[in-house]
Amino acid sequence: MATTFAAAIRDGLATALAVDDDVICFGLGTDDPKGVFGTTLDLHKQFGSDRVFDMPTSEAAMTGFAIGAALNGMRPVMTHQRLDFALLSLDQLVNNAAKWRFMFGGKRGVPITIRMIIGRGWGQGPTHSQSLQSWFAHIPGLKVVMPTTAEDAKGLLLGAIFDDDPVIFLEHRWLHNMKGEVPAGDVRSPLGKARIVRQGDAVTIVAMSYMTVEALHAVDHLATQGIACDLIDLRSIRPLDWPAVIASVQKTGRLLALDSGHLTGGVAGEIVARVATDHFASLKSAPQRLAAPDVPEATSPALTKNYHVRAEHIAEAVGRMLGREVEIASLVAQRTFPHDVPGTWFSGPF
Amino acid sequence: MNPETSRRLLFDMLRIRSVEETIAARYGEQKMRCPTHLSVGQEAVSAAAGAVLRPTDLAVSGHRAHAHYLAKGGSLKAMIAEIYGKVTGCARGKGGSMHLVDESVGFMGSTAIVGGTVPVGVGLSYPMKLNQTGQISCVFLGDAVPETGVFFESVNFAVVKQLPVLFLCENNGYSVYSPLSVRQPPGRKLYELVAGFGLKTHHGDGNDARAVYAALSEGVAAIRAGEGPRFYEFETYRWREHCGPMYDNDLGYRTMAEFEAWKLRDPVPALQRALITEAIVTAADVADMQAEIDAEIEEAFAFAESSPFPPPEDAFTDVYASAAG
Repeated sequence: MATTFAAAIRDGLATALAVDDDVICFGLGTDDPKGVFGTTLDLHKQFGSDRVFDMPTSEAAMTGFAIGAALNGMRPVMTHQRLDFALLSLDQLVNNAAKWRFMFGGKRGVPITIRMIIGRGWGQGPTHSQSLQSWFAHIPGLKVVMPTTAEDAKGLLLGAIFDDDPVIFLEHRWLHNMKGEVPAGDVRSPLGKARIVRQGDAVTIVAMSYMTVEALHAVDHLATQGIACDLIDLRSIRPLDWPAVIASVQKTGRLLALDSGHLTGGVAGEIVARVATDHFASLKSAPQRLAAPDVPEATSPALTKNYHVRAEHIAEAVGRMLGREVEIASLVAQRTFPHDVPGTWFSGPF
Repeated sequence: MNPETSRRLLFDMLRIRSVEETIAARYGEQKMRCPTHLSVGQEAVSAAAGAVLRPTDLAVSGHRAHAHYLAKGGSLKAMIAEIYGKVTGCARGKGGSMHLVDESVGFMGSTAIVGGTVPVGVGLSYPMKLNQTGQISCVFLGDAVPETGVFFESVNFAVVKQLPVLFLCENNGYSVYSPLSVRQPPGRKLYELVAGFGLKTHHGDGNDARAVYAALSEGVAAIRAGEGPRFYEFETYRWREHCGPMYDNDLGYRTMAEFEAWKLRDPVPALQRALITEAIVTAADVADMQAEIDAEIEEAFAFAESSPFPPPEDAFTDVYASAAG
């Protein structure tokens, strides 16, 4: 039976809590009536308030608390209802969690999972919509995971919780209601493996998280015009599955890197740089990237109309790289709901 | 206090003082190539805490941690080797003076960002509380830490959950060269401020080792009995420069009169005099202690000097649990 991405997260948390008494789960609103968009709903009733609990509005301390608890044998999962709130805890993430194993000579690591939810559109605005995976991926010692499908949401969450390193687990709010088949039980996916979503020989498209959904619309639309693309869903930003990216570029000779984050200093730039510096001879054309513009996301729907990278932009970019016209009007016409929501299911407010 | 504990306090203070003074004396050789923050003058609090805490209790600290590490039972050889950047160091050369660890005695780590280990210490205590292990977690901190947001957040949560945490503050009056007067309003007492969070706090003379021991003994027993966290503030003084082996009174950030007044209250000879007067130790006992300490220090420095540096490839290890990452 198909389940939502949000339900898959809850399933993953419940599985982890059931199989290992050392797993604890906390964050603002974890045990409230909404249960963090349903991802933690009623887990405290099943596993007790010692293991599933709300917390003070103290992001830095609670991240350090997670680190300390992990150093003393636990596997904490901390949740932020928006990634933006986690910025209050950067010292603990960067100076303690990421470096503990290194700065103490490998004595002990910090097996924590920090869930952060990325917002977009519907007035989320400058401080509820940031997609900062490149910040975290820049720090040696952190791992960064960005699932797209419901199945991956559960599998990668379990993989993250039982990983012995600190993992930043980035959930896109626009994916929470996406449905997919999710296997039952303790299904842990290894971190660092990309998924080949579509296969083709025209262009390699590298995406992550919600960008994979937009790319999928573009790729399937292009296929009707005789253009077959490789679409790679990274799933993990660090470690990044370079062999998968490089093998695809060696096949297609063309690279389009997508990024839900800003253009400057983003993950897409890193992918383009690596491929261009180390595999230049494989390229038939200049590598391209599409990312959020270098301005904060505004609140008004009028100001986000042209802000996000959508399927049509991806299709157009592929056309430019191949030097041919592609038809996109019918692709745009398929969209039956406003530009600033992920689907008809979303009517706000959070 | 029994004579054995008194002798232990004196021994530990003499040992910490001698180690720090030897580091200061040899720092100019350029073999210890990392920042060091000495705690000469502040030995009493560390020694007392070391005598009160059990090896199974856990502790964390900040950048000025040599004394805390040694008092908790940390290996002197491993500490000196770490400062030398040798592979035999407690962090295999990855950490240096500011990142000490000896988990075999419950010293879980010291880090270099002010306030950074406070929540970590609170987190360490959570399994202790859930599993009723009877352990406590000791967070060593300086007087700048109660200026950080993470300190207040951490104390608050420790109180909310009634966690077994000892917040142990050595107030030496300065954060680098900034006196408390530029960091806190006039008349404010840290222990009174912290008490507002709803935990018992205590304030005392940090140069009186036996008084510190007595206060901590009572407090640690209460924490161990499940009465929740406590905050202890002890007034003491840093003699040498903030970072490095020298004196820094020439900078003019503190007066010579203040410095000399605190030196007269040197906690090490104070305890030594008292114990001799009370016939708990003799001058010969002290000489024996000092000889034992000097021999250990000499051995530790020789160990550090003769130990190998880590191989260059070690620069790339210990980032992740496995090589992939």
